[in-house]
Amino acid sequence: MEATQESQNRWKHKDLLGIEPLEAAEIRMILEAAKSFAEISRRPIKKVPILRGRTIINLFYEPSTRTRSSFEIAEKRLSADTLNFSSSGSAMSKGETLLDTARNLEAMSPDMIVVRHRSPGTAKFLADRLRPAVINAGDGAHEHPTQALLDAFTILQKKDRIENLRIVIVGDILNSRVVRSNLFLLNKLGAKVTLVGPPTMMPKEVERLGARVSWNLDEALEGCDVIMMLRIQKERQSAAGFPSHREYFRLFGLTQERVRRAQEDVIIMHPGPMNRGVEIATEVADGPLSVILEQVTNGIAVRMAILYLLAGGSASEITT
Amino acid sequence: MKLLLKNGHLIDPARGIDGRRDLLVVDGLISRVEETILSAEAKVIDLAGLMVAPGFIDMHVHLREPGREDAETIESGMKAASAGGFTSIACMPNTDPPNDNQSITEYIVREARRHQGVNVFPIGCISRNRAGKEMAEIGQMVRGGIVGVSDDGSPVDSAALMYQVLEYTRMFGIPVIDHCEDRDLAGEGVVNEGFLSTRLGLRGMPSCAEEIQVQRDAALARYAQGRIHIAHISTQRGLDVVRAARGEGTAITCEVTPHHFSLTEAAVEGFDPNAKMKPPLRSEADREAVLAALKDGTIDAIATDHAPHNIIEKEVEFDQAAFGVTGLETAVSLALDRLVKPRVIDMTRLVSLFSVNPARILNLGKGRLAPGDDADITVLDLKRETEIRADRFLSRSRNSPFLGWKLQGAAVMTLVGGRILNDTR
Repeated sequence: MEATQESQNRWKHKDLLGIEPLEAAEIRMILEAAKSFAEISRRPIKKVPILRGRTIINLFYEPSTRTRSSFEIAEKRLSADTLNFSSSGSAMSKGETLLDTARNLEAMSPDMIVVRHRSPGTAKFLADRLRPAVINAGDGAHEHPTQALLDAFTILQKKDRIENLRIVIVGDILNSRVVRSNLFLLNKLGAKVTLVGPPTMMPKEVERLGARVSWNLDEALEGCDVIMMLRIQKERQSAAGFPSHREYFRLFGLTQERVRRAQEDVIIMHPGPMNRGVEIATEVADGPLSVILEQVTNGIAVRMAILYLLAGGSASEITT
Repeated sequence: MKLLLKNGHLIDPARGIDGRRDLLVVDGLISRVEETILSAEAKVIDLAGLMVAPGFIDMHVHLREPGREDAETIESGMKAASAGGFTSIACMPNTDPPNDNQSITEYIVREARRHQGVNVFPIGCISRNRAGKEMAEIGQMVRGGIVGVSDDGSPVDSAALMYQVLEYTRMFGIPVIDHCEDRDLAGEGVVNEGFLSTRLGLRGMPSCAEEIQVQRDAALARYAQGRIHIAHISTQRGLDVVRAARGEGTAITCEVTPHHFSLTEAAVEGFDPNAKMKPPLRSEADREAVLAALKDGTIDAIATDHAPHNIIEKEVEFDQAAFGVTGLETAVSLALDRLVKPRVIDMTRLVSLFSVNPARILNLGKGRLAPGDDADITVLDLKRETEIRADRFLSRSRNSPFLGWKLQGAAVMTLVGGRILNDTR
């Protein structure tokens, strides 16, 4: 009996590739563990020896400031040795295949590899072929599981629950890995999700992933508990599916006026980086309902929890 | 040299034969086909319990020579073909350099003769350097031995060029074969657009990118009174267009690949690069439409689109991987197991799809076993259990989505011009 309980408090998978394959209980285990780690970042000495002697490689094929720094800080606060490989100035830009680069890194005996890549499926591709645990830090428009977990952690912090919350996600649904991971997670934990954006940014049959789809932001915001804004990729405007930023902001930009349609205690989230005045008005981004910077803070705790569990730690006996 | 094939069950749709026959082969040609033949001097081959058919023809194969001999050579492709039950193959011109002139055509014909195996019929480019701008020297290539033209792999974007080539080829009596894809619309897609592309975050190609181009080609063929053949058709609506155009008398034919009748986009699950090809694997509704069209005759031929790739072009990120899968050594078993065994089609229809119709479309003078015809023969064992294994492939490449599949039915013997190329009875 005790053995069974103990196994339920441990991570069963070799890797963390996405939210889709996880059970609700596994998601809860990560979120629960993250609470213990949140406290460490508030100490004067923000370091514990939990992963001392472990080596973690951050393999980033796409530019990333937030996610890469967040992982690196999480790794350092757990005392792991970390190595950063990014796409400029290394073998990656010299025509070596992904698999060759990864095998060379594997030959240096890391315990974990955190990977960010623009191609969907890349984290799985590496996980299937390499011994170290692989953590998906974003694979194309597929999944970004740690973002969804830190979003859920933030929602729980503010709302104490996820079940039956009305959550509206607004923006470029088609190209967003954040949306896919969030949809999987929020559905598993019982939230009611509405996706909002122009039809040109809505992937085919997305309703089948468990969401209501709306093209009318005002209507969708009515009485909602959480608003999650997505970044509009300014650099991709030609194929973006809308004629101008001005028109986009008119139709889908989050303004003070629009926020009033939601619940009084609505929280406003954004995975960053924000385009002020394109998808979100400055006064909303900086206003009292915004939890955008708390998401960043929570990202570290959630990633510490994931690193700890993947390293074999038990959720029931975290001593920090 | 006399060979007597005894006791086999002959399926020869062109002559309406479906029964036990003996075949006498003399000097590479069919001499007699009768219920019982006795010959003291002929070497006797007993085919009791086996099916005998006019040689199978794969009208859509990519040999990678010249240019990418690491993935396939003319010789290795020919060996894979005979092992898979084919006696003739037509090879697409997207080599490096491409087969857009008589000297490359003649090189392919000469190399194929030198290796003495299956018949190899080159297909020439529609446009110079496959660039889609100006016509290649089609007349010169016909003299060299091409049996059709295509810019396969590169759809012909220009309606004006397609119109011109449909008119021009009329004087040679060869078909224009088009890879139907509106490239603007398909964009940078890597899989079929639908729920799967949504879930996996992969870029999708809408199925109407095929339909639109089939519609355009049908309109042009009708107007130009030319002959259009639609390569590897994959969508329900594309098939509807072919059916309607043929009903109006347009000279339009089409082929389907074994992967499009055996698989759906679900095979992409887990990001398997061997499930990546163009056109992409489609929905189950599309696959069912393909089965219906195989049954009702809308589809004329099964062709593999055998597209060998070196593993280094497949063992990469999914959206970076090369498009295409091999097919020569799996097609016949897939058709027997997935089409004949569940009675989607009967053996007569199967032989029409693999032999009679491709021979007719390409004017090969084959696809029949009457006295005087070439003794190109495919022998099938409908009971043979086979497992698809990469280490048994004679192709230089291994990029098959069917590895590990267990199938019932196989080609067990291949004769070309009366010569036994392959015998695994």
